Amino acid sequence: MPTDTVSVTGWGRTAPTAARLVRPRSYEEAVAAVRDCGARGGIPRGLGRAYGDAAQNAGGAVFDMTGLDSVHAVDVDGGTVLCGAGVSLHRLMEVLLPLGWFVPVTPGTRYVTVGGAIGADIHGKNHHVSGSFARHVLSFELLTADGQIRMVDRGTPLFDATAGGMGLTGVILTATVRLQPVETSLMSVDTERATDLDDLMARLTATDHRYRYSVAWIDLLARGASLGRSVLTRGDHAPLEALDGRTRARRAPLEFRPGRLPAAPSFVPEGLLGRTTVGLFNELWYRKAPRARVGELQRMSTFFHPLDGVPHWNRVYGRGGFVQYQFAVGYGQEETLRRIVRRISQRRCPSFLAVLKRFGEGDPGWLSFPMPGWTLALDIPANLPGLGGFLDELDEEVAAADGRVYLAKDSRLRPELLTAMYPRLGEFRALREELDPRSVFTSDLSRRLGL
Amino acid sequence: MKDAFGIPQSLLVLGGTSEIGLATARRLIARRTRTVWLAGRPSPGLESAASGLRELGADVRTVDFDALDPDAHEAALGKVFAEGDIDMVLLAFGVLGDQSHDENEPGAAVRVAQTNYTGAVSSGLVCARALQTQGHGSLVVLSSVAGERARRANFIYGSSKAGLDAFTQGLGDALFGTGVHVMVVRPGFVRSRMTEGLEEAPLATTPEAVATAIETGLRRRSETVWVPGALRLVMSALRHVPRGVFRRLPL
Repeated sequence: MPTDTVSVTGWGRTAPTAARLVRPRSYEEAVAAVRDCGARGGIPRGLGRAYGDAAQNAGGAVFDMTGLDSVHAVDVDGGTVLCGAGVSLHRLMEVLLPLGWFVPVTPGTRYVTVGGAIGADIHGKNHHVSGSFARHVLSFELLTADGQIRMVDRGTPLFDATAGGMGLTGVILTATVRLQPVETSLMSVDTERATDLDDLMARLTATDHRYRYSVAWIDLLARGASLGRSVLTRGDHAPLEALDGRTRARRAPLEFRPGRLPAAPSFVPEGLLGRTTVGLFNELWYRKAPRARVGELQRMSTFFHPLDGVPHWNRVYGRGGFVQYQFAVGYGQEETLRRIVRRISQRRCPSFLAVLKRFGEGDPGWLSFPMPGWTLALDIPANLPGLGGFLDELDEEVAAADGRVYLAKDSRLRPELLTAMYPRLGEFRALREELDPRSVFTSDLSRRLGL
Repeated sequence: MKDAFGIPQSLLVLGGTSEIGLATARRLIARRTRTVWLAGRPSPGLESAASGLRELGADVRTVDFDALDPDAHEAALGKVFAEGDIDMVLLAFGVLGDQSHDENEPGAAVRVAQTNYTGAVSSGLVCARALQTQGHGSLVVLSSVAGERARRANFIYGSSKAGLDAFTQGLGDALFGTGVHVMVVRPGFVRSRMTEGLEEAPLATTPEAVATAIETGLRRRSETVWVPGALRLVMSALRHVPRGVFRRLPL
């Protein structure tokens, strides 16, 4: 089995640590990797899109699961797929779209694995309708610390501990996922602008239920009366009849053709994304968006994964990397949300990827992030002076409002706040203690937060 | 573990009564640091330093450590690392000596060199190996501008810091890519117990300012930090002054 000692970081490129990277290509090799991972344990890793330190393990082993990337079976009539944990959503789309099926949930990138999607219990623009990824998983095979491979069905404690469990209950080997039927590979998208935060929240509250997918890009550098101005993009899979008769799209309605731009250069000067550049970008982005446009046909990649078109886009933040801050607060806590948006705007955090959306019902995963309410995600260059203290203050506000931050994106939370944010952490710890008393599954995240 | 800004959760200060060491510990405790080990010779000073940090909410422990007894370093520091990961080691011990006295007392001069250099070589290597096994951590070493170019007025101290500085740079290169971050900190004249009664040099600074610079350096994963930053320019100019002129400068 190929093994290398390498420096590992998350997508945000902060806090590198060294680990032995092991790349199992079969069940036997996966079992051997877990058995031989040594005193500092191991952690499964997919495509490394978790922003923080969830898939790093300093001084120990990191299991690169992308070798287990077979799509084993597709039930074309029933709409399920059985695949290896290392299969990416990108690959699933390539395989499934021509058959008229789509993944049930996709985050802002296609380059996440199915194993990672379950481990982080990812959500997408359709959470308010469809819930998180694990809600569509029927069962998975889990390699646990004792070297056993268990079939885990939904509704069991081990399932709920693993969904959002950040890889700490074991290594997922395969999963069966329920799919979403589609008639075309295009999206029918409505775009509108909101002039400020209250306008945005009112529009989302009043009309979100009409759209399967919904998200708002929000300009966090705007101040005063335009505080929280934003662009809403919402839509659904375009039905066949929406396609014009003579076009290429009509002839091949299920074709999947993601565009691709050149990769970001490997060296980017520090501070490229300062307040001026991001402010300019935000101004343009807001002005460029139509005031209101209905039923525009967009490619899936444009609608869901605009950044996937630029490989290694995380490099644009330079050597210092960036942190992504995503929190959720429940309905009724709008005042907290407003206060936080105001504080970020006053602080002039240069963030050009700030996204606000509404979550639907919570998910059964014990450490799942979504909760009924609002979620705001933004990324900020890590070298912004005083950022650590500032985000700590935001954490306090979030915790006081019974909200939480997203562990798959975290790289800096104070461990003390964790139990307030994740009330079922006690059960999670107890199950881990029983299942994995020697803490074979360990990550930098679990060490840092004491998961 | 360190967070995204390089702030450690556990800290080991070698030279547990060092003012810069304690100022740094205080600053980091206000952020994330919860566990602090103070390594030093047992003394009331070490105990009161520990209880001072405890009041800030940290779990503080002390460990017997003598820079002049390198044979004991392995055991003493091994005990600390056996208790759990150390995210940052701050090598903060050092003595200034008394130049004019020490020039006539070679034994005293050797003690300065052994403390500042030999003691750091042995404890630095012990810590570096432990950090490498962990796969993460920062080793922060307090060097000095005095090590950048030896001056007539304090070349015994300066040469010991020059050795320490060169050692640390080499160690940083050796550990590159291992997950361990090595940072050399070169403060100018620091107003502290060590410099009490001495005539203050230009661009004098304080232990708190050094602590701030260390925090920034951790965030940026810097390899070299000057305190204050302007010293980098001053020293790069001074480095190129011809020897005959340098000798006569009122430094």
